[in-house]
Amino acid sequence: MTTLVSEAIRAPYDFLAWLVGLWSDALYAVGDALGIGMLEYVFMHHAFLVGTLIAVMAPLVGTFLVHRQMALIGDALAHTAFAGVAVGLFVNSILGTGISPYLTAVVVAMLAALAIELISEVTDAYNDVSMAIVLSTGFALGAVLISVNTGGLAVGINQYLFGNLATVSRENAVLLVVLFLLVSVVVTVTYKQLLYVTFDETAARVAGIDVTWYNRLMTTLTALVVVGAMQIMGVILVAAMLVVPVAAAAQVARGFRESLLASVVLAQIAVLVGITLSYRYEATAGGTIVLVAVAVYIGMVLAGKLQSRRGVSEEAGTGSVAREIDAGTGESTDD
Amino acid sequence: MSLEGIPSVGVGGVETSRESAEAGEGRRGEGTADADRVVDAVDLTFGYAAAPVVESVSFGVDRGEYVGIVGPNGSGKSTLLRLVLGLHEPDSGHARLLGHPSLAFAERERVGYVAQDVTENTKRMPITVAEVVLMGRFPHAGFGRVTETDREHAREALRTVGIERLADRKITALSGGQRQRAYIARALAGEAELLVLDEPTVGVDAESVDAFFDLLADLNDEGMTILLVEHDIGAVLERASRVICLNREVYFDGSPAAFAGSDALERAYGTNLGLGAKTETDSRGDGS
Repeated sequence: MTTLVSEAIRAPYDFLAWLVGLWSDALYAVGDALGIGMLEYVFMHHAFLVGTLIAVMAPLVGTFLVHRQMALIGDALAHTAFAGVAVGLFVNSILGTGISPYLTAVVVAMLAALAIELISEVTDAYNDVSMAIVLSTGFALGAVLISVNTGGLAVGINQYLFGNLATVSRENAVLLVVLFLLVSVVVTVTYKQLLYVTFDETAARVAGIDVTWYNRLMTTLTALVVVGAMQIMGVILVAAMLVVPVAAAAQVARGFRESLLASVVLAQIAVLVGITLSYRYEATAGGTIVLVAVAVYIGMVLAGKLQSRRGVSEEAGTGSVAREIDAGTGESTDD
Repeated sequence: MSLEGIPSVGVGGVETSRESAEAGEGRRGEGTADADRVVDAVDLTFGYAAAPVVESVSFGVDRGEYVGIVGPNGSGKSTLLRLVLGLHEPDSGHARLLGHPSLAFAERERVGYVAQDVTENTKRMPITVAEVVLMGRFPHAGFGRVTETDREHAREALRTVGIERLADRKITALSGGQRQRAYIARALAGEAELLVLDEPTVGVDAESVDAFFDLLADLNDEGMTILLVEHDIGAVLERASRVICLNREVYFDGSPAAFAGSDALERAYGTNLGLGAKTETDSRGDGS
């Protein structure tokens, strides 16, 4: 059975691995031509690839989360993903198998995502309560599993907690490409429904959209992104990628589509600058990326303030127009 | 016509039934067929907990009508709308929307819904007026792409409500009145035949409220069926073609003139509250 499955995914895996190889070759060539030292290393190619993919996926999903005021969900799922990693390592050491801890993290985080939705549906508790419960459970489970199974695990766990550029293998990169394709396709196809649910849940229901289903889809996608980002950011900082670029974009964007695009661009800046700095100064990648993202956020807050100050002086003119429209529509609709 | 079917209500029930029947007679004279029945609520009872919020409520809305539902706070007005729209399953009775059971109603674009200003929850969400109005086309588009036709419908709707110049503004930058116009435009963009409004003027300044009701009147003149829940009884008496007074049960269903002359308001609101409100509605009623 397992051989059948592995046979079935071999061809697409090989293809994606080949693509990752191409990317690697391309970056090497670029580094060679421009004399960029860090591009000599394959692990840096993988880091840049994974970082770029995360910086598309995270804001894509995060924009819907943040504007539903569910920013905390990334944090909750990151902690359960940590439990998932612990489960994977635990099973491997007990049964002597070689399951990727990321795979168990994906499964556990998706289960947790559904648990959050179910808890809030069943108990009528506010979403932040259900998130807090799932967060604590996840971290406790992870801590317990690791403590009962200390044989070498405590050392390995650090890379999941804090992320590590050097641990991004070709398999990890392929897994990320698959996640990226999945998340991008799902969000593209369901964009209208997700937007409607995010903006006005009741009106969305009146419009015939299955709000419960889309809420679950949203949390499931978040779980996937969290696990994807975990290997480079570490669980503790993963939520930042979902939230900070989105919050930055919201400062300056007027439209939703515009803010979605802006958040992706800002996330790319944070990831590319962050990885470069972390390589140069041998700092942890996750922390560096988040600090750059926060710096970008502060920049956008200032830009937004400037924008609205300019807007106010414009408004002085349009305000009267607006009032005129408000009061004088009887005429325009009569004809 | 099921208006005679309204069960007698607790206090002064007999009288209510008579009034309702009279109102029904009047409208039946116009010769409405079942195909023109846009909303049909039959003996609806529903409660979130054990006690019913809405009890044995029956009423119908015909195509082209402008029906206003009034009642004190917590009288079940919004819940009744949700039952009609199929958002809740009634404990007993049933509701039909445009000829289909509400719970299984699929042609969602035919109904437009405007609630109290929702931007309370989405204050910081960046989204333009045009994007909000385009949402009205989403049921048409399904999983497909938004087409140029969809965008044209959205632009047309913005022109109808008179805020096309604000299309590229952030929705949160609009005044309450303008924002409610945008939500009307969203319903129009979807080519809705029925407009359901749940206290749309809460938090809208008085001047804009009048303009908002003018807009509703214009839409009604052009054939739009309107079902409006509104706390401002005066506005409903002045604007609607029919009034339903609700407090868990139906206390009155008939013309605004008949409502002003009845004591349904006192009975529904309780004597103390009713007196103040009555004075206001009386003066309004005389004026029109």
